[in-house]
Amino acid sequence: MCIGIPCQIVSIDKNLPHIAIAEVNGIGREIDISLVTSNNKPITIGQWVLVHVGFAMSMLDEDEAKQTLSFLNAMQEEEPDVGVLFIGKE
Amino acid sequence: MQFIDEFRAPNAVKSLLNQINALVKKTVFTKDSPLNIMEVCGGHTHAIFKFGLDQLLPPEINFIHGPGCPVCVLPMGRIDTCIDIAKQPNVMFCTFGDAMRVPGQQGSLLTIRGEGHDIRIIYSPLDALKLAKLNPEKQIVLFGLGFETTMPGIALTILQAKQLQLSNFSLLCQHICIIPTLKALLALPDIKIDAFLGPGHLSMIIGIKPYEFISQDYAKPVVISGFEPVDILQSVIMILMQLIKQQYLVENQYRRIVADKGNTAAQAVINQVFTLQGNDEWRGLGKILDSGVRLNEKYREYDAELRFNTKRHCQQDDPNARCGDVLTGRCKPINCPLFGQTCTPTSAYGALMVSSEGACAAYYQYRQSDLI
Repeated sequence: MCIGIPCQIVSIDKNLPHIAIAEVNGIGREIDISLVTSNNKPITIGQWVLVHVGFAMSMLDEDEAKQTLSFLNAMQEEEPDVGVLFIGKE
Repeated sequence: MQFIDEFRAPNAVKSLLNQINALVKKTVFTKDSPLNIMEVCGGHTHAIFKFGLDQLLPPEINFIHGPGCPVCVLPMGRIDTCIDIAKQPNVMFCTFGDAMRVPGQQGSLLTIRGEGHDIRIIYSPLDALKLAKLNPEKQIVLFGLGFETTMPGIALTILQAKQLQLSNFSLLCQHICIIPTLKALLALPDIKIDAFLGPGHLSMIIGIKPYEFISQDYAKPVVISGFEPVDILQSVIMILMQLIKQQYLVENQYRRIVADKGNTAAQAVINQVFTLQGNDEWRGLGKILDSGVRLNEKYREYDAELRFNTKRHCQQDDPNARCGDVLTGRCKPINCPLFGQTCTPTSAYGALMVSSEGACAAYYQYRQSDLI
């Protein structure tokens, strides 16, 4: 339950600026970005974030995100948190 | 995976292992009296087994699998409370997948779903909020489970429920905070922990300062670690260096993710919604002072236990089950008489066998050879 998933921001809701669509392994999901944004630190399209239960918790650089993803892919078969996000269903 | 060449950075792993082998010789630890490092987080437990790190390290280093898997420390009676609520008319009960197969006295959430009750596995608490908006005639109950990693998301969901004035949404709160848990663990008289591998993503929320009591009051190293093999091995080196120098600190190996001060926005939202109240009971740890996380007065209307007027179930564990001893490092899963006999992944007695982060599940999956 405590493993976060790196995802890349692909769009931000114009009406709800705390909601974004983030992609991982080609699957898009709606996430909440309010815990990693502030007035002096707006988030941009293409930014990688670490997502935990649908909430971005930390910014990531791209290299770190990709390394973490390859590690999580290796663990995916037994890690439901990873599986549900990668596969997009139960 | 126990062949170093299969690692993403095999040369780095080999080099780190060589350093560890050299450093451990400078310590007092032996094969018969090893360095006991408790990995607090279930994610670390999972990675240690998956990548066979416990077998790659010298015999003078032993990992103790700690209580940092929120499903594993669930007292059996809490699952019965979930089931009481889920069986109420018009209830749609939402849970993270991890809790589905944890057995209570009346079965598991999975078994009662098979009986026709409406149990939904959600990825995010916001999914439960959406269900509440889409189903105004139903009562949506969210099983809020987890350490501080999960709490900010649940807290933001409660804030949104209040903002949307959703009267058909409530929370069964089963959160647990890491610091009271570690304090309780360190107070146990027969526990031998020499150092802590600190949780990575939990510390991303709370920062590193809260752990200082371990280094200052108990003179034990704490190293906050990432999850990859290279991270964990680097953290072991940092622990060994502290022990050799006899200078005990909270160090942060996972700086690329964990800011020393944590995520202050996440801390603020946790404090806005939750309060610590009462001495809750946890599997393997007993009653822990001020460990009960509750919705505070302002958000108490979303408390599912008040809304459904539930009773607390106090179930006594099977006296032969050693879940608590495994969680506190008193024994390994294979020392439990139920392990692999009446407790297997398909017919588990305790959560440690069904959670992907549970030590018993990891032993069962990766250490069958130890059983021969």
